[in-house]
Amino acid sequence: MDLNFTQEYDDFRAELRGFLEAHKDSAPSRSDRSVRSKKRLAWQELLLQNGYAARTHPKEYGGYGAAPDALKARIIAEEFARAGVPGGISGQGINMLVPTLLELGTDEQKAAYIKPTLSGEMVWCQGYSEPGAGSDLAALRTAAVVDGDDFIINGQKIWTSTAQFADMMFCLVRTEPDAPKHQGISYILIDMKTPGIEVRPLMTMTGFAEFNEVFFTDVRVPVTSIVGNRGEGWMVANATLTHERGMLGDPDAALGRLRAIAEIMQNEHIDGKPLIGDAVYRDRLVKLQAEAQAMKLNGMRLTTMSSEKKSAGMAGLLVKLQGCELNHQMAELAIDVMGEYGILYEDSPFARDKGMWQTHYMFDLGLIIGGGSAQIQKNIISERGLGMPREPKPTPGTFKAN
Amino acid sequence: MYFGLSEDQIMLQDSVGRFLEGASELEEVRKFVDGDAALAETLHQGMEELGVPFVLMPEAHGGLGMGVLEAALVSEALGRHVAPSSFAAAYGMAIIGLREAGDDDWLSQIAMGSARMGVGMTEAIGAREGAGLTLSGDKVSGRASFVMGADGATHFLLTTSDGQGGAQLIVVERGAAGVNETELTTIDRTRNVLTLDLDNAAASLVAGNNHAAAQRKMIDAGRVLLAADTLGAAAMMLEKAVEYAKTRDQFNRPIASFQAVKHMCAEMAAKLEPCRSMVWYAAYAQDQVPEEAALMACLAKSHLSEVGKFVARTSTEVHGGMGFTDLLGLHYWFKRIGANRQLLGGPEKLRAEAAELQGWG
Repeated sequence: MDLNFTQEYDDFRAELRGFLEAHKDSAPSRSDRSVRSKKRLAWQELLLQNGYAARTHPKEYGGYGAAPDALKARIIAEEFARAGVPGGISGQGINMLVPTLLELGTDEQKAAYIKPTLSGEMVWCQGYSEPGAGSDLAALRTAAVVDGDDFIINGQKIWTSTAQFADMMFCLVRTEPDAPKHQGISYILIDMKTPGIEVRPLMTMTGFAEFNEVFFTDVRVPVTSIVGNRGEGWMVANATLTHERGMLGDPDAALGRLRAIAEIMQNEHIDGKPLIGDAVYRDRLVKLQAEAQAMKLNGMRLTTMSSEKKSAGMAGLLVKLQGCELNHQMAELAIDVMGEYGILYEDSPFARDKGMWQTHYMFDLGLIIGGGSAQIQKNIISERGLGMPREPKPTPGTFKAN
Repeated sequence: MYFGLSEDQIMLQDSVGRFLEGASELEEVRKFVDGDAALAETLHQGMEELGVPFVLMPEAHGGLGMGVLEAALVSEALGRHVAPSSFAAAYGMAIIGLREAGDDDWLSQIAMGSARMGVGMTEAIGAREGAGLTLSGDKVSGRASFVMGADGATHFLLTTSDGQGGAQLIVVERGAAGVNETELTTIDRTRNVLTLDLDNAAASLVAGNNHAAAQRKMIDAGRVLLAADTLGAAAMMLEKAVEYAKTRDQFNRPIASFQAVKHMCAEMAAKLEPCRSMVWYAAYAQDQVPEEAALMACLAKSHLSEVGKFVARTSTEVHGGMGFTDLLGLHYWFKRIGANRQLLGGPEKLRAEAAELQGWG
């Protein structure tokens, strides 16, 4: 155990601090979610040049070409958070598609897509889930049929965030309807401007449309849009799902949220007394603090395991399940602390932060369900982490709920 | 930056684990519980050969001069094997308190094996039923409840603190005039605790004058060691649950293939694994991050108490009716975790302390 950094890392951090000090005025705000805004793209360009975004991606595709270093990645995340400026663009294109293309894409695909994705000019959405294919993703039915040099695609995707402004979708479609379900899927790249694609916003319980439904009617894309071979899309998709799970549940963010709640409790008064002095609320706060602290330390252990090139094992498998649940419970406490004021929402008079904690509370429940539901996570933990057997598959057609 | 154990630390834990695997099998633990005190001494001698009791003893006294992290690894191994041992109190808290106070005489006696100290700190954390000690000259009177590490103790290291500050650490000799012991029967028969009633008993004051700081360190480290003990016990209960589920068939299939059972095991694992990092860091902080030592001890022990309780009941449930019987002996782990939860402060008490340490309320 040695929590000090060696000179190399101290120097790296000092250099980064200098960079942020010099340039932070040209950064967009952290809450700026707009895509392709001039400011955002210029900031991304600056970060790419200095190796603070796409740090380990190959130079020939617009990355910085540095060797993977989990500690430097952590220092970058810490220092950007400390400076209160956004880091490099993240999102499904950079986090999921690019690693997939680097591993399995053709040279043409790499050349066409990676550079504009890293620069933020090309925005991607993910077309995986369907109304009939959620946890059982391999049951997806959106069909791609070969017609000359094209696939013709018909079907529907759901839970497609960013579809309304995405240029491209990486999508799972069924190309071999007669093969066993996992072997009949292909991974293809679709231009969202192709005729026959309709994007409909999907309003959720938060009152916002964070997701979309995407409908495909006779959508023609060239057969060269496939990544990997026909029928091997499941394998390609699983590589990227691993990336997505790693993205969720940032342990430092949990402690930040905890501190924000402590601050609310110091400011909220009932009959003139601050709530931080109330033993019951305070007990809940410290209980969650202990959990957030444990998750942060687990995250530090994961950083070390990653820099030592060791498999994360159980410590990694649990992050999505525990992290999302913890965030949800923290939002719940923040609301309870505010009492009646906790139910005020959006632009209501007297609302605190526009009801932000209610949005968290609801959206975090969505995150518990999405990206591999809590129940699927528990299957993964018990099967891959504890070596417990899979549930036997019933004979098709024998299970009927009344 | 390296967040994890060193090779030496892994070796230490492995060697203690291997020794206990042989020496502290459940059948041996049962003998101890049934009144055969020999196991505790056998274990102690075996551990002495490994140098384990003296991980925290300064090198000047022939010890290993290691830190609370190494001691926590030992505690984890002891909890894992529900080993009858007075380690956490007699070789954890006592050595840290005496080291901090600068009492070389007692340290040297412990190092030579001529003294072993039970530790009574309960009243410094929260006094019930009016317990507490009053020192008058070199005589002490009053009650010290739930004294830990009594097995094999020759002396008791006690405090006159009532939790209001101004503590003095004293040592009384076991069996001396006015030192009256009441044996207690707790749920956890693997480690004995007792209550001492002192009536004008001879007390020798620990050296040095910063007893409050020494006492703080003893309690913080003791909490970390109990948290580590719970970590070990809970990890074993999880492993036992998974193993049992794989071998127990119902409805013509191992119950480990039912999602209801798998999810119980997954929940145990998901809650428990981050606890390992937490115990490591809380232990490391005792020596390396003093400004966080007390807070981390409170957070780690309260959290381990909650997760430990969850694992103890869930593992028992996975074992079904067998988990409830004495035949499997699973209850020794269940009870060890239950006792650790209350000793040196239950979770609510610890969270209140953690809040105070951060200026909350």
